[in-house]
Amino acid sequence: MTALPFLLLILATLAGYLLNRMAAGSIRANGARLHSMISYHGMFAALLVLVPVLTIILLWLAFEGPIIDRVVMSGLPDGLLDGQGDGALQLVLAEIKSISRGQIFGTPEDWKIAAADSYSALRTQSDWWMVAVVAGVSLAIIGFARSRVTAEFRARQGVERIVSGLMIFCSTVAVFTTIGIIVSLSYETVRFLDRVPLSEFLFGTNWEPQIPLREDQIAAEGAFGWLPVILGTMVITVVALFVAIPVGLLSAIYLNEFAPRKLRAVIKPVLEILAGVPTVVYGFFAVLVVAPAIRDLGQSIGIDVAPNTALAAGGVMGIMLVPFISSFADDALSAVPSSLRDAALGLGSTRAEMMTTVLFPAAIPGIVGGVLLAVSRAIGETMIVVMAAGLIAKMTINPLDSVTTVTVQIVTLLIGDTSFDNPKTLAAFALGMMLFLVTLMINVFALRIVRKYREAYD
Amino acid sequence: MTDITSASGAPTPKRATELVAASLKRRRRKQARLKWIGLGAIGVAFLMLIILVGSLVSSGWQAFTQTHVTLEVFVDPEEIPLDRLPRGGFDDALGASLGKMLPGVDMSQRKVAKSVEKILSNGAQFKLRDMVVADPKLIGQTITMTVPVSDPFDQLNKNLIDRDTPEQHRRVKDPEIGYFDALKAQGAITKPFNWALFTNADSRFPELAGLKGALAGTFWALLTCFVISFPLGIGAAIYLEEFAPKNKLSDFIEVNINNLAAVPSVVFGLLALAVFIGWFGLPRSAPFVGGLTLALMTMPTIIIATRAALKAVPPSIREAALGLGASKQQVVFQHVLPLAMPGVMTGTIIGLAQALGETAPLLLIGMNAFITSAASSPFDSATALPTQIFIWADSPERGFVSRTSAAILILLGFLVAMNAVAIFLRQKFENKW
Repeated sequence: MTALPFLLLILATLAGYLLNRMAAGSIRANGARLHSMISYHGMFAALLVLVPVLTIILLWLAFEGPIIDRVVMSGLPDGLLDGQGDGALQLVLAEIKSISRGQIFGTPEDWKIAAADSYSALRTQSDWWMVAVVAGVSLAIIGFARSRVTAEFRARQGVERIVSGLMIFCSTVAVFTTIGIIVSLSYETVRFLDRVPLSEFLFGTNWEPQIPLREDQIAAEGAFGWLPVILGTMVITVVALFVAIPVGLLSAIYLNEFAPRKLRAVIKPVLEILAGVPTVVYGFFAVLVVAPAIRDLGQSIGIDVAPNTALAAGGVMGIMLVPFISSFADDALSAVPSSLRDAALGLGSTRAEMMTTVLFPAAIPGIVGGVLLAVSRAIGETMIVVMAAGLIAKMTINPLDSVTTVTVQIVTLLIGDTSFDNPKTLAAFALGMMLFLVTLMINVFALRIVRKYREAYD
Repeated sequence: MTDITSASGAPTPKRATELVAASLKRRRRKQARLKWIGLGAIGVAFLMLIILVGSLVSSGWQAFTQTHVTLEVFVDPEEIPLDRLPRGGFDDALGASLGKMLPGVDMSQRKVAKSVEKILSNGAQFKLRDMVVADPKLIGQTITMTVPVSDPFDQLNKNLIDRDTPEQHRRVKDPEIGYFDALKAQGAITKPFNWALFTNADSRFPELAGLKGALAGTFWALLTCFVISFPLGIGAAIYLEEFAPKNKLSDFIEVNINNLAAVPSVVFGLLALAVFIGWFGLPRSAPFVGGLTLALMTMPTIIIATRAALKAVPPSIREAALGLGASKQQVVFQHVLPLAMPGVMTGTIIGLAQALGETAPLLLIGMNAFITSAASSPFDSATALPTQIFIWADSPERGFVSRTSAAILILLGFLVAMNAVAIFLRQKFENKW
């Protein structure tokens, strides 16, 4: 059913193209001199049909569902659902939908069946209306476009205006995505802060997002202080940097100054492979190899190590960050003007002295920028910690203990069925908001450092 | 200078050379040290890569074969009457045929029969059922069929279960090992290539679980991602590189794109959950939603790569076309873009390869569900290759460990192939100006 409007759209576009092209062709055959080539006349009609009709179809598909839901819910008998929460309403709606699909469990109430009938009727109606609107609008546009075909018509300019409009739209998608992220995260965060005060979220030292599902259930009250979560994130990030910075910087120094050309040509792609390995693979590696190894090592020297220690997750994350840091540092070292190198070498320093006393200090701003970007990656990294770090938030900075991170909490709170009306789900969005803000700040800062530094030597 | 040297007892020129030589030696040693430490750091990175791939291969290669047992099954009309199809005692028919192959075993004892039947995979009876339903004439005949054995016996056959461990710590007991060895001695046990890994969808039983569902889901998600991000990315890149006026707005868009490339992937998952699923009511677990999310993440990569490729086309091409009377758009679309296409394709493939391995956003939109059929459209529920890896890595059964590694090897294989295509395109078609 959804394929039909798209089929109509393709047919209308083709029809518009051919009609206008033929019309322009016949004008030319009559001896008139056309302003634009006939293919531009065709393109003009095709784009004129394609753009608005495609917009109509996409908007229709996007808003049809929510509007029908609302109509069905408001058509329910009065007083039935008064005073029920959002979740209960969602459940009723889901049940009505599954009844309308023919999946009936037990014997539903009559009003539910009636609602399901009206739901399917509305859906069919909406589908037919969409087909009718698509056909009507397409025909009107084809007619309009056909009437514009004259010898003087500047079809090329018309086409170019539409194309440049399309390109502007394409480049604003990135902006809309950012806006979408900010709006959706803030909306849910505000709803979260309605239930949990901001001061508790920011300064609370207790994170226990288990909340009772029913009124009478005995469960933890639920505590939403994000400090232990961000502390755990920092522990893992620091462990990762302890691995990534030395290995990354030293390999960059070697690659930049000492590696023979041929060796460099081999090493660089291998490091890129390390960078291209999906994080879920690193996560499995941490669980399968690194965590047991650390545990065995701890046992052999008599230290009790948690099975999902921060050391394993952080260490593997460090490996993931090595190529990242090394390529940034390599770029930063290469960006230092060769006059500095030549001067140092000319004064008689060895290449190592030149590297440690001139080149490296000169490249430090660029390297710091790269390391900051690595920090923001480590904070936002999800799969390694979801698989290898813990779930329980503790106020500890012991890397041998099990800690949890912001991303782990987001994923565990949202995995499985989620409804948008309990603090547990909303807490994930609040954490996501904080994650977005923190990484955004670090990224902006880091990119600024990198750019400033590049300009300084240009 | 002379004052100092006279004060410290004038060194002869020879002594000065010696001093320099000594310090030079020290300094060269320092240089060698730095060099070796650097090489060591690279060695560490290489070692990690080797351990990573090595551990995956050593645990994953076993999953590419699957132990099967070949049976002579008598489709007993009493157990499987025609009028009760598709129901019937298929498991009993299989068990009986196993019993016939084990002469010394008393199958009339319920307990013994149960432990013999444990050898067969749970999927065996469904295979027999499907055969009989497809061809009811088989009832009353004896057919030869090869079915997978259950996971513990698969592990046993692959020597992953140590026969020397005490019986109570072992998942297969001594008599069961006896039955299995007896079957093996008759040559009924084979270990062919595990096609089921590619032709089956997910299952709770490791010996039946395959990647078909995940591959289908990944295919639909990547297709959606490509269809959306490719035109949008190219359009944006062309506008920003060729047409955008240098003003605050263009700068803002550029900063936006660069920042978007560095936003954590899980945030895109939150966006998808709140907007696509929460507000627009798109179906949960659908590859279409996954592809949409991945498209937003891939777009910055494509934009950046396309802009670099456009920038690499020399101005002489543009000037020549403009000089012959082409409009600005004709120049770009008929000359510059075709010349930049190899670079664009390379960037797109690399972007799609990143999207292929992306897991976190797909988890949030529910593509980690347990789904036992392959999606036939982008709106069906499905898993994707990386989320399937996550699901299997979380499963407690031993058999899933090697399946997870095998799935990872397949994922890495796809990534290597995509990157190889990208490199090939770059080298074959890229124009050197």
